[in-house]
Amino acid sequence: MMRRRLLPRPLLSFSVFVVWALITNAASLALLVLGALLALVVPRLTAPFWPQPPRLVRPLSALRFLAVFAFDIVTANWRVARQVVGPLHRLSPALVEVPLELRDPFVATLLASVVSLTPGTVAIDVDRRNWILLVHALDAPDPRALIAEIKQRYEQPLREIFAC
Amino acid sequence: MLNAALEIAFVLIAVAQALNLYRLLRGPDLCDRILALDTIGINAIAMLVLFGIRSASTAYFEVALLLALLGFVGTIALCKFLLRGDIIE
Amino acid sequence: MNPTSEASVAALIVLGALFVLLGSVGLARLPDFLTRLHGPTKATTLGVGAILLASAIFFSSGGSAAISLHELAILLFLFITAPITAHLLAKAALHRQAGTSDEVNAETRADDGHQAPD
Repeated sequence: MMRRRLLPRPLLSFSVFVVWALITNAASLALLVLGALLALVVPRLTAPFWPQPPRLVRPLSALRFLAVFAFDIVTANWRVARQVVGPLHRLSPALVEVPLELRDPFVATLLASVVSLTPGTVAIDVDRRNWILLVHALDAPDPRALIAEIKQRYEQPLREIFAC
Repeated sequence: MLNAALEIAFVLIAVAQALNLYRLLRGPDLCDRILALDTIGINAIAMLVLFGIRSASTAYFEVALLLALLGFVGTIALCKFLLRGDIIE
Repeated sequence: MNPTSEASVAALIVLGALFVLLGSVGLARLPDFLTRLHGPTKATTLGVGAILLASAIFFSSGGSAAISLHELAILLFLFITAPITAHLLAKAALHRQAGTSDEVNAETRADDGHQAPD
C-alpha cells in the first residue's frame, strides 16, 4: 500500500526517469538525483490528466514482446524496401478491418502504434464503439491471413501483458 | 572509412530530400504535401546528426531534438486543421 | 576510436541513409496517398534510427569515459511519434476522400483547384 502512495504510476515514473537520463546524458550524479525527484513529482502533478491506466502484470512477457517487435521492425522494413523498389503493379493495397478482443483504450493505442511500425501496415483508426482496428496494408493479397497475423502476433501478447 | 561513409550518406539523403521536394511541389492532395514536409523534417534530423559526427561536435544534438519536437507538433497541427477546420477548439 | 566501432558506425550510417532514401523513393513513387504513407513512416524512421544509433556509438567511443545517450532520446521520440503522425494523416486523407469536408475544407480545396485531382 505504501508503495502505491509513493509511486502512483510506477511505469510513468520510470519513463520520466529514463527520458531525463537520456537527454541529460546521465552526466552526473546530481542530474540523476534531480531526475529521480522529477520521476516522483511529475506523475503526481499530471495525475488528473491521465486516464485510468492498465496494470502491467507480466513484465517478462513485455520484454519478450519488445524483442519480437524490434526484430519485426527490421524484417518488415526490408520487405517494404523491396516492394517500394520493385514493380508497383504487383502490389495489392487493401483496407482491412481487424476485430479486436481487447477492451482498453491505452492497450488499443499501443497495438495501433505497433501495427503502424511493422509489416507494411498502417493503423488508421480505432473504432471504440465496436472495437475494430482499421488497417491499411501496402500489400495484402490475403486479408484474412493479415488479420490472423495481427491478432495472434501482437494482440494476444499485449492482452497477456496487460491482462485485459 | 568513416569519411567515405559520411560522403555516401550525404549524397543518399540529398537525393531523398530532392524526392521529398518533388512530392511537396507535386501534391496532388494537401495530405501529400504535409507528409512530404514531415519527411523533409525527419531527413533534416538525419543530416544534422551526420554533420555532428563529421565535425565531432555534440552541438548539433539540441537542434536535432528541437527539429523533431517542432516537426511533430507542426504536422499534428496541420492534420487537425484538415480534420476539423480549426486547430485550437 | 578502435577499428571495430569505426566499422560499425560507418555501416550503420550507410545503411541508415539507404533506408532514408528508400522511404523517400516510396513517397515519390507509390501511386496513391495511403500507400505513400508506408514509405516515410517505416523506412525513414528506421533509417534515421540507424543514423542516431551510429552517432551514439561514435560519441560513446570518443576515447574519454563519457557515454553518449541523448541520441536515444530522439530515437525514442521518433518511434513514438511516427505512428501518431501516420494515423492522423491517414484519418485526414480518408476524411477528405469521403467528401465530408466542412466549409473550411471546401475552401482549401478550392484554393487547390488548379491542381489536377488525383
